[in-house]
Amino acid sequence: MEGSVSDQHSTVEQQAELETGFPGGVVPPDAGNRPPTKAVEGSSTWSLIDRIGLAFCWFLGLLFCAIAAAIVIFLLIQGITYLKLDQLVTPAASGFTEGETGGFSDAFFGTIILGVMGISMALPIGVAIAVWLVEYGRPRALARLTEVTIEAIAGIPSIVLALFGTVIFTSTALGFLSRTSEGVVFGRSFFAASSMLALEALPLVVASTREGLNAIPRHVREASYAVGKTKAATTRRILLPTARPQIATGGMLGLGRIIGDTAIIVVLLGATQNFSEVEGVPFPLNYLRGAGTSLTNFVYEASPTGNLNQPTKAYAAAFVLLLMVLALNAATDVVHRRAKKVGTWSH
Amino acid sequence: MEEEFQSEYGPKWSDQRVERMLGALVLAMVALLLALIVTVFINGWPSFAHNGLSWFGPGGNVDDQLSEISQSAEGGAGYIYTFHAWPLIWSTILICGGAVIFGLITALFISVFLIEFAPAWMSNVLRPVVRFLASVPSVIYGLLGVLVLVPFIGNHLITEHQKSSVAGIISLTGYSLMAAVIILTVMIAPLMVSIFTDALASVKAGWLEGSLALGVNRWRTIWKIGVRAARPAIVAGTVLALARAIGESVMLAMISGSTAFAPNPADGLIFIYEPSRPLAPTIVKSIDQLSSPPAKATLFAIAAFLLFSAAMFSLAGWATRRAMSKYGAA
Repeated sequence: MEGSVSDQHSTVEQQAELETGFPGGVVPPDAGNRPPTKAVEGSSTWSLIDRIGLAFCWFLGLLFCAIAAAIVIFLLIQGITYLKLDQLVTPAASGFTEGETGGFSDAFFGTIILGVMGISMALPIGVAIAVWLVEYGRPRALARLTEVTIEAIAGIPSIVLALFGTVIFTSTALGFLSRTSEGVVFGRSFFAASSMLALEALPLVVASTREGLNAIPRHVREASYAVGKTKAATTRRILLPTARPQIATGGMLGLGRIIGDTAIIVVLLGATQNFSEVEGVPFPLNYLRGAGTSLTNFVYEASPTGNLNQPTKAYAAAFVLLLMVLALNAATDVVHRRAKKVGTWSH
Repeated sequence: MEEEFQSEYGPKWSDQRVERMLGALVLAMVALLLALIVTVFINGWPSFAHNGLSWFGPGGNVDDQLSEISQSAEGGAGYIYTFHAWPLIWSTILICGGAVIFGLITALFISVFLIEFAPAWMSNVLRPVVRFLASVPSVIYGLLGVLVLVPFIGNHLITEHQKSSVAGIISLTGYSLMAAVIILTVMIAPLMVSIFTDALASVKAGWLEGSLALGVNRWRTIWKIGVRAARPAIVAGTVLALARAIGESVMLAMISGSTAFAPNPADGLIFIYEPSRPLAPTIVKSIDQLSSPPAKATLFAIAAFLLFSAAMFSLAGWATRRAMSKYGAA
């Protein structure tokens, strides 16, 4: 635990340094009075090769900006051209003309359902694991093993997770989570897909929560113990509320991962562009146990390499997906900035 | 008094109990990972067992082998497992290797730029741009690749002469190594940039100042001192990006060309226009055959191979980063 605390210190310092521009984030006392040091040398004295290098830096930096701008503007134009709002409320249908094939409402709501289900599994489990790692973490061998496990889960390709999911969710014991007919378990359902997606989001939640907990100084915990609070009460009443911005950041990063994933959805949910409810099951469960689709799956199938081949609708769906990702990025930014302000205990 | 003291989180939420509950959860997670590894390897074992080391070797057309494998389940004449994955592995090496090399160069220059040279307004733009590029879903990259980059390569870059020169072997349509490498580079470079900038920012200022004080210019200082000091993080970031690239399936399934063809660099520069198909997209493309036992074994064998290599890479990256933090250079 000591090790991780000191690690944390160094990253906090890094961030402080990034923000203030001074080593260790320590601003010299007279920094406010004097103009920012202009002592940086220009490139005019450099040899030609160094200057070419710097020019290459600028080129790549501007290229990245151009690529990002191109993606956003291109999809914006395509989205405005092809996205009709009724596509968001019309389910996909089979047909021969653009008009007959409907929209992608099921994909849109599918993405929302997956996001909600996935993150509501990943968040509590991830926070619990992080709390155990930071606050308990004994025996140390198990803590080390857990770190490796989380790291390994982060490194598992999503297509491998998807294949693993097919094995688990087609087993008869878990038949109640998907469609079953004549003893054969179908294995594709919102439960199946969202639990594997949760696994994919888990490492992000754990990492972010750990960061938040580690940033809380030791004396805060000791103060709480000193007034007779148990460790569990301290964690719930003091530590988790304090680390809330980081937990939220982790949750949003995880959510982004969930709504952006395609492989797991193609394997564990897809095969259709509509909700296919299971008969004889009460309301929300009939949809959740059935197969479905998501925006990523729709884009994949509607692209020229997919089965539907409706590029204009693929653009429209991709535009909606991009808007969701951008909104999530913006929200993460706001929360993260607040996390830095509140969570560092520098005051 | 005692009771009052304990009332809020009394025996139900006592420390030991909470610790045991959380510990059980953590153990369950470890067990889940073990179950995953074991499941994938057990399901893939028949394919490895029937082919031995030649599983990894060249021989025959992989697409034909895959369809024979999946059809053998219906014939009743016994399952066929013959599978030689080399064209897929070679395609993975070319695409991921290419993307990681280009990504490494790009990410290094951009990180150096961000940390040392970019004016404030530029880094205020570039940092969100990098984060954005990292968060765009892979299927959107795939869609843009299919509808923009691939037709561009097919119609403008590949000449008619080049198309006719290999017409008998493979048709060049733009679904190519080049398209795959370009897009994969854009996808993984942001990941590397975020790790590299963290590392470069934490290089001790004194080291850099020492070099500057000796009259070395800023450009050489950041490369000779900063980048060298951050070397472990650069290795770690590269390896993590490689693991990510190996697991990328959907984007590559869309634009790499989807024929199990092994582009041959000996053919000259034309090989970058040739289509191929890496390992992960092969699973996505053949997922419908999962109901046939031998095909299932083959797909799980591919997954096992991917899992092994990706896990090795990300563990190596993690270990390097850990080892490095001991020397305070993290």
